[in-house]
Amino acid sequence: MKRIYVKEKWCLGCHLCEYECAYANSGIADMVKALKGKNICPRIKVEDGDGVHFAVNCRHCTDPICVKSCIAGALSREGDGMVSLDRDKCVGCYTCVMVCPYGAIMPAEDGKAAQKCMLCTDNQMNGEPNCVKHCPNGAIVFEDRG
Amino acid sequence: MNGTLFIYPDYEVVRDYDKCIACRVCERQCANEVHSYDPDLKKMFADNTKCVNCHRCVCLCPTHALKIVKSDNTYKINANWDNQTINEVYRQAGTGGVLLSSMGNPKPYPVYWDKMLVNASQVTNPSIDPLREPMETAVYLGKKNAGIERDENGRLKDTLPPQLKLSVPVMFSAMSYGSISYNAHESLARAAEELGIYYNTGEGGLHKDFYKYGKNTIVQVASGRFGVFKDYLETAAAIEIKMGQGAKPGIGGHLPGSKITDAVSTTRMIPKGVDAISPAPHHDIYSIEDLRQLVYSLKEATDYKKPVIVKIAAVHNCAAIASGIARSGADIIAVDGFRGGTGAAPTRIRDNVGIPIELALASIDTRLREEGIRDNVSIVAAGSIRSSTDLLKAIALGADACYIGTAALLSLGCHLCRSCHQGKCNWGIATQRPELVKRLNPEIGYRRLVRLVTAWKHELQEMMGGMGINSVEALRGNRLMLRGIGLTDRELSVLGIRHAGE
Amino acid sequence: MKYVIIGNSTAATYAIEGIRSRDAKGKITVISDERHAAYGRPLISYYLYGRTDLAHIAYRSPEFYEKNGVEVLLGERAEKIDAENKKVLLASGKKVPYDRLLVATGSRPFVPPVEGLDSVKEFFNFMTLDDALALEKALSPEKDVLIVGAGLIGLKCMEGIADRVKSVTVIDLADRILPSILDEGGAAFVQRKLEERGIRFILGDSAAKFEENAAYTKSGKKIPFDLLVIAVGVRPNTELVKEAGGEVARGIVTDDGQRTSLKDVYAAGDNCESFDIASGTRRILALLPNAALQGECAGVNMAGGDAHFTNAVPMNAIGFFGSHIATAGVYEGECYEEAAHDHYKKLFFRDNVLKGYILIDCIERAGIYTSLVRNRTPLSDVDVGLLEKSPALMAFSEAARRDKLARRQ
Repeated sequence: MKRIYVKEKWCLGCHLCEYECAYANSGIADMVKALKGKNICPRIKVEDGDGVHFAVNCRHCTDPICVKSCIAGALSREGDGMVSLDRDKCVGCYTCVMVCPYGAIMPAEDGKAAQKCMLCTDNQMNGEPNCVKHCPNGAIVFEDRG
Repeated sequence: MNGTLFIYPDYEVVRDYDKCIACRVCERQCANEVHSYDPDLKKMFADNTKCVNCHRCVCLCPTHALKIVKSDNTYKINANWDNQTINEVYRQAGTGGVLLSSMGNPKPYPVYWDKMLVNASQVTNPSIDPLREPMETAVYLGKKNAGIERDENGRLKDTLPPQLKLSVPVMFSAMSYGSISYNAHESLARAAEELGIYYNTGEGGLHKDFYKYGKNTIVQVASGRFGVFKDYLETAAAIEIKMGQGAKPGIGGHLPGSKITDAVSTTRMIPKGVDAISPAPHHDIYSIEDLRQLVYSLKEATDYKKPVIVKIAAVHNCAAIASGIARSGADIIAVDGFRGGTGAAPTRIRDNVGIPIELALASIDTRLREEGIRDNVSIVAAGSIRSSTDLLKAIALGADACYIGTAALLSLGCHLCRSCHQGKCNWGIATQRPELVKRLNPEIGYRRLVRLVTAWKHELQEMMGGMGINSVEALRGNRLMLRGIGLTDRELSVLGIRHAGE
Repeated sequence: MKYVIIGNSTAATYAIEGIRSRDAKGKITVISDERHAAYGRPLISYYLYGRTDLAHIAYRSPEFYEKNGVEVLLGERAEKIDAENKKVLLASGKKVPYDRLLVATGSRPFVPPVEGLDSVKEFFNFMTLDDALALEKALSPEKDVLIVGAGLIGLKCMEGIADRVKSVTVIDLADRILPSILDEGGAAFVQRKLEERGIRFILGDSAAKFEENAAYTKSGKKIPFDLLVIAVGVRPNTELVKEAGGEVARGIVTDDGQRTSLKDVYAAGDNCESFDIASGTRRILALLPNAALQGECAGVNMAGGDAHFTNAVPMNAIGFFGSHIATAGVYEGECYEEAAHDHYKKLFFRDNVLKGYILIDCIERAGIYTSLVRNRTPLSDVDVGLLEKSPALMAFSEAARRDKLARRQ
């Protein structure tokens, strides 16, 4: 399946992906309206080190520990391999946050559920990941690497 | 008062606070530290005095909340003492130093490309549709032998000197590793390979990683002789002796020690952190005869298998100089006009020394034809070829091909802020700072270069078709295809073209 | 091949998926004494809290059993395993033959024999959905509630009902709340937050005697209540295996493929032990993720596979009223500590590995710590200074990071 991969070598640490993610998942058509005055809570997070930057989001593991740990059966691995979170079932226990070895699942903004990258299939971007689309340096790619 | 005077910045950052979401991307992306975030006010601010107007922030702002405008701050209007002239006096009175600039001459000198119009076929000669009929854009650069020799069996002997084959009559100008980044070089090299053209190392040597692009590489031998050794010459497709540069004719180069990183030092074969000085002249060349010695030294060193290019700046008597070069054994002459770019030059020299490439090219082509030695050499024109029409007009004036430098850098993201000499290029081009260099991903950069040249090729084919010409060879020197507009008789005569309507 | 599973919760569900990953055809029969399709058992407190409802509490989609070709016998209680003849005897008298049997019977609440308990009318356990539904019926804003047990179950119950009753008092014999997962500092931190929300705690004391509407503690206090919840602990349901002659210690003993000592009988979930790699001991790790991993392992092996479950670690994610706790491993070794007003954090290092952690209100990316505990990653391979501040992939070497982010690891 196509997954999002990050290339540390080309990540500039500009954090645009975080804002584009927050916008994509805001449900609001205008970015300014969606993000102005807000503390964003994106599903992708950039780590910044000394001259090193990279973005981290869900790896869509083949054998996802989050799915097996979910107390509500809210996380599942879909037919195409995408690890999917059913927000309606999620109760916000954050067991998934505790087990994800990448730190790629996080509490949602309202604190009532978890959130994770769904490859922009659950928002206005129709499956075209917005972080990939707006990365200015090709550091985030959407590829099928098997 | 002995210190510096506050000089109001030429450009101002304008932020639309209705649109700004304080994402701080501008702040993170500005190496000049123009932008800052005030956590108490939760607002972004800009320090205009630091802004070089490179547009990195404008381009990356996700809500397009930023623009840069020309300041309307002004001294009392004076047609003689304009604001810039006054400010330059203030600056020099403060620093006592030579004013430095980068990229090409920005002054409003006439651009002759824009005063020449191109012909098209009507009725009496058919135009050609390049989508239906062959349209040859490939050219060969090198000496074309006039004489024919036969062997004892009467068969033709192949005595053709080495040639460079270009799929499009465009090459990337000499830009040294040091003046531009590793990633910029990689982008140029990969694009040249994919396009079937050449890029030029400039005088900074060739990074070991790029030897694999040798087939598409022209290596330069300049007055500093940086990085010149056997492998360097042997790996290249052609060797260029740099006698001069359009942006700064008559002077050498100066790469500050801060740009001499480990890799640059290794590649240039010079000590790390020490200024790299290219002398104004080659200390072994004071005549055409001396030049001939170097030309043949390089040919000897490479077994006469590679064309040798001699590059000169377009100066007043360049036609006579070109005549000498054509007799020196060189295969190709490159002429660089006064609007050509540079990574750093004294402002006064960049803005006042040299002549436009259009005039230099026309006079060189004319002179070599008159002397019957035009086929001794190919001519490559450089110094601000901005579009496919500039390219077409240059060919019609007599060029075999053109070098593009500034246009290539623009396609890599350069916004012509003309601050290369500061070494903090926010686009990752004219810098050696690793965090900035990585901003130019060659994977993206080379594709943009390929697209640019491919687009020009399509336009060139379209225009040639319109003229009823089906190969670049047939366009070369075909000045009947050009007409001047708004030019004096003198200008028309130097250009060797008629006026529109004639 | 006939597969029979006793129990119908997490381990059973994952066993079904494990079996079906290798055997699409064999008949699977699930026996459950509950009347519901599998539901997320820990969700019962969230149900009372209003975070989920009966429409969303199911652990799998409604088509799950049919799609997987599972016959489900709900409301049927397994009485006995006839290991010799490979049959499960049900309370209803039915006999269910098996080729491979999984005992995923979980645990049951432990109700201590306290004087007067039978005189309490409104007395509840908090283990099953039926328990929660019964408790819900009894809730009202006029009632004072006493919860016996300040462990995970008792406190989740407290969260679930706190806003639906007049008051909640929690009593525990231990001197701190959540003694199984928190140290003193952490427990005090959480207790303070809960007390700020009006929850009353009586610690280091226990209910010695009950009347209909009051408890008397050992120290002599009288605690009046309208409603009583007992959540002092659980006992593993090991009897079926024990009576059939299978080896049972504190829980059912299995190998790392979830096989019991009885031929073709497997066990998974809260009723059996696993080897805790953090403490290096065999123990019952009654955790949902553990049950899932054991169940899947058992299912794969029942269908002829060769799965091993070898990296069990204790871990818990629990939260109250928007405050969140994550813990893992054991709390032994050199300790890195942050005790602030708004968060509490302890990391325990020993023998060049992260042994365990306690995080309260700073659980973001805790999984990176968990993976260090679970993988026993040598600390010499990571930037410990960076990790102490916050869990980050930056703490790994560039090569390790590259592998992780490219899904090669």
